Amino acid sequence: MSEMPKIRPSAAEVDSDRELKLIEIRREAEQRGAVAGKGVRPAGAPFPMASPETGYYGIPLLKEPAWTWEIPLYFFVGGAAGAAAVMGAIADYTGADRKLVRDARWIAAAGAVISPALLVSDLGRPARFLSMMRVFKPQSPMSVGVWTLLGFSGGAAAAAFAGFMRERYGPSLPLRVIENAGQAASLLFGLPFSNYTGVLIGATAIPVWNQNAGELPIHFAASGVSAAVGMLELLGHRKSRALQLLGLGAAIFESWEGWRIESRQQPGLDPLKRGTSGWITRAGGVLSGPVPAILRLASLVGGRKNQDDFRRWAAISSIAGSLITRIAWVHAGHVSARDWRQPLGIG
Amino acid sequence: MAITAFLTDSTLCIGCKACEVACKEWNGVGEDGLNWSGYSYDNTGAVGHSTWRHVKFVECAPEPGFGGNAPELNSWSFSSDVCKHCENAGCLEACPTGALVRTEFGGVYLQPDVCNGCAYCVVACPFGVVQRNPDDGRAFKCTFCYDRQKAGLIPACAKACPTESIKFGEIESLRRKATERMQELQRRGMRDATFYDASDSSVGGTHAMFIVRGDPRTYNLPPKPEVPTTYLKKAWTSSAIAAGLLLAGSVIAFLSENRSNGR
Repeated sequence: MSEMPKIRPSAAEVDSDRELKLIEIRREAEQRGAVAGKGVRPAGAPFPMASPETGYYGIPLLKEPAWTWEIPLYFFVGGAAGAAAVMGAIADYTGADRKLVRDARWIAAAGAVISPALLVSDLGRPARFLSMMRVFKPQSPMSVGVWTLLGFSGGAAAAAFAGFMRERYGPSLPLRVIENAGQAASLLFGLPFSNYTGVLIGATAIPVWNQNAGELPIHFAASGVSAAVGMLELLGHRKSRALQLLGLGAAIFESWEGWRIESRQQPGLDPLKRGTSGWITRAGGVLSGPVPAILRLASLVGGRKNQDDFRRWAAISSIAGSLITRIAWVHAGHVSARDWRQPLGIG
Repeated sequence: MAITAFLTDSTLCIGCKACEVACKEWNGVGEDGLNWSGYSYDNTGAVGHSTWRHVKFVECAPEPGFGGNAPELNSWSFSSDVCKHCENAGCLEACPTGALVRTEFGGVYLQPDVCNGCAYCVVACPFGVVQRNPDDGRAFKCTFCYDRQKAGLIPACAKACPTESIKFGEIESLRRKATERMQELQRRGMRDATFYDASDSSVGGTHAMFIVRGDPRTYNLPPKPEVPTTYLKKAWTSSAIAAGLLLAGSVIAFLSENRSNGR
């Protein structure tokens, strides 16, 4: 009998706090028609509310980019390859060092092979890459970009291949035609190819990207130049004045770009300044801007041995900075898409 | 062929989710998990690759006392969300394969046999509708029941709606209906009823129009959606400047090198 649950509370229990609370709730319900006591609030209360200030429960309005890791890497490779092709062609036309021309072409050709591979592997249906070639849509930066990539890849690969054949088997008319036409094509397509990815992400619904649509292509071009210069310098061209000039120009521009991002007060730019994405952006900016700029300036005044070392480190910093900058922008796009306040015009 | 549209009237919606079910049923859209969100009775969250109709459960307080609410209680309104089928559609402009097309009914249709899953439409949609299905690889969204419309039927969601909260018809007559309904609601004292079709933005109007109560932002409807093609001019100008700078910079750099080498 003693195990039976008690239905009626004993006198001692009636006096307990919990029993008194129940009586109090009953009285409140009787008098006011509702109970507002803390003790009857379920876990998680107050319940989430939708409002013009919080949007629809703070559920993101926009969809996050669905791109995988290949895309920021593609931005980096494509930018460097495009800039290298332009520099190589101009170096050739102005009669610069032959080895520099050849190395620039090889960087461009490597990019010409890696870029389409990265793009195709990102596709949800890689086997359907050819769908891209059904149409040319000038209003779609993705379509323009794919055709630019095709023109660039063909040109850069042809120029490098014909150059290689010429060196190996001696000059001939067909090889010279292919080499020159390939180089001209890689220059023509390399110019937009080095920066169109800025248009690609700038002309989207993602606030942090479209708020920088007017700056991203120049920013990405500078990033591509500094990466291409860095790669050529690591291949041994650390005495080239032209590369020094281009590298310095890009580093100074990137420093200014970093300062612009930091100083502009606009809530849509928060992903570039706050949190993890902010620190990645900052790291990329410092490595592409002030660090190589200072190292390059130092190399101008240092001794011969130091000069070489300074430029090597400037090159490494530029390449790392360019890659991190691309990752940072894509990451910031994800953070921006999750922020429901921007598209709703709140805050 | 008549240009058609949806008019979704949240003042008539009872939150039964028949439209969600009917859409999945007719279009063969897969289930997408059973997760409790804690946001009222909405456990779906948003439209996406596996949800083409989505009923929002909006707990808030717009002019309490009208529409059956006791004055001291929060109002509880429902609104069935869907692809807006924009007049200037960001996804359609962005698609590099031509998989996204404008149909003869004025809607935006994604041809699944052409889509290669580049996911550019995902970031081009100012309403966050299109989404890539990670399992399938392609992007998916509301088809505006193109197959049913072709056969002279009304879309599955509109057909299943028990209160005619989802109206479907020729776009101009629906606009007139919306105006009449707005006047009627005003007359009845529901002064916070709001018509939303984004016609005052670069999207240029939608083929999915809404009547909601209070601020449309409460329903995650952006007050100023922009079709991303508006940024193209600025971005390509910047691209041309960048190309010019790269070309000029390279020429100057390599010419100055040659001069210093004494050639």
